[in-house]
Amino acid sequence: MREKLRTTTGRLGLAGTASAVFLLVVLLIALAAPLLAPADPNRQSLLDAYTGPSAAHLLGADGIGRDILSRLMFGARTSLLGPALVVGVSLLVGIPLALLASWYGGWVDAVVARVFDLIYALPGLLLAVLTVALFGPGLTPAVAALSIAYVPFLARIVRAAARQQRVSPYVDALSVQGFGVLRISVGHVLRNIAPTVVGQAAIAFGYALLDLASLSYLGLAVQAPTPDWGVMVSDTDALLKGYWLPVIAPGVLIVLTVLALTVLGARISGEKPPRYLRRAKRTGDRRVPNTAPVGTPNQKETTVGAVG
Amino acid sequence: MSTAGTDTAQAVEVRELTKVFKGARGVRHQAVADVSFDVPVGGSLGIVGESGSGKTTIARMLVGLERPTSGRIAVLGRDRSRPARRGVERGARARELQIVFQDPYTSLDPRQSARAAVAEVLRHHGGLTAEQRAKRLDELVDQVGLTERQALARPRDLSGGQRQRVAIARALAARPRVLVLDEAVSALDVSIQAQILNLLADIRAETGLTYLLISHDLAVVRQLCDTVLVLRGGRVVEQGDCARVLDAPAEEYTRALREAVPVPGWTVGV
Repeated sequence: MREKLRTTTGRLGLAGTASAVFLLVVLLIALAAPLLAPADPNRQSLLDAYTGPSAAHLLGADGIGRDILSRLMFGARTSLLGPALVVGVSLLVGIPLALLASWYGGWVDAVVARVFDLIYALPGLLLAVLTVALFGPGLTPAVAALSIAYVPFLARIVRAAARQQRVSPYVDALSVQGFGVLRISVGHVLRNIAPTVVGQAAIAFGYALLDLASLSYLGLAVQAPTPDWGVMVSDTDALLKGYWLPVIAPGVLIVLTVLALTVLGARISGEKPPRYLRRAKRTGDRRVPNTAPVGTPNQKETTVGAVG
Repeated sequence: MSTAGTDTAQAVEVRELTKVFKGARGVRHQAVADVSFDVPVGGSLGIVGESGSGKTTIARMLVGLERPTSGRIAVLGRDRSRPARRGVERGARARELQIVFQDPYTSLDPRQSARAAVAEVLRHHGGLTAEQRAKRLDELVDQVGLTERQALARPRDLSGGQRQRVAIARALAARPRVLVLDEAVSALDVSIQAQILNLLADIRAETGLTYLLISHDLAVVRQLCDTVLVLRGGRVVEQGDCARVLDAPAEEYTRALREAVPVPGWTVGV
């Protein structure tokens, strides 16, 4: 167990491990919000309006006296649920399409790839605004629109990685053994590209969180009384009156969460973290490629078994 | 050579096999042209030729990875000129003929140990109880000369020769009657080549397996094959008894191919 933990942290690196721990904490707080939150996130008390941090309100209170810390904790739930749904639905639609395209190649691949390109050309936010214009504001239409918009973002990566596995002889060998398309695609190809998929999903999760927060900020996704980071950032009243904490606190959380997801995603899929996160002097790259190596360089033969 | 119909005494029967690849802008490339040959049950045919002579295309058509443009392929009397439509047919074909690929570095699933890979194949073909499967698994690992530790290691922790042993074990798992070896030793060091060739000779002696060995290396073919077929530009140049063709080639091309070997008459493992 300890050994496993050590190899995992070694592979993720310092930035990756810190990101994972941070995200885990945010997730746990979101899940346990009703137990941990010091107050009801929606209880108003006008006497406390815009009070600064105090024993009663650790991060102060907003314009109608609601406890900011509690709102952040409960807000984590909606703020994480939305992107989770977006990524989940996109993967559910994107992975089968990507595997199909990479397996059959030819015109199937061409059609799927063009459809992805078409959707990719539409900005996700624009699609979401359009959907909201048609169906009215709310989390559901926003999530539905973003799910469609995120399909190519995930599926294009899956398709490319699966294609690389598809042309590798081990897939031919399995095919000659009589295994079917489904068995090889899911049991072998998908398993071998899993790190890439998970990493890309984490990055997409961060972007979706940002998009949904933007939509909530515009009043198009999560609606006002519900605690949500995006909604909280849109508290212009506080800003105009010069109170920055009610706006900055959720803003910082959004930035940190998205950053952590991006770094973690990149580490999982085997990419290097962005340059600004790397220490310049360290030259040794401890990164181990997590995806199945398709062309390994020659290794020298060592002693072999009995026959010979 | 007779062009008679299905003869069950033949393990592999290939008639007028042709493969044309269509490239961009309608460019046609004839990789294999009008190739016919037989391999009797328990026999061993070597297919030799330089790069691009169509050797590997023939192998890929035999195992069903490429579809012949025309011609007929039958293995143990079962026609396989067209792709298998159903899983049952695919399984039946798999139990008749298997292949070992050239590159041991890419022909194994990087996430599967030898045992896992072979066990999966055994499970897939069914017909064995869990106990029998475990026994057969030990048998195969032992047969190809892998140690218990090597059998549990991931491919990246194995050397090329060890990986090729895994690939052979996986190919043998379904007890095929015919084994296609597509340049199966070319990617290995010379000493390891000899080990693997000896292993293949032992397996053939034990099981009476039919071999179809594809190689550019005449010495390898000489060691393992009864008959040989020389290919050039997708066409058969010469075919016949291995010793006769390689020692006293009737065709100019075969002679040239033989003389291209650095040390004439050099034989592996003797």
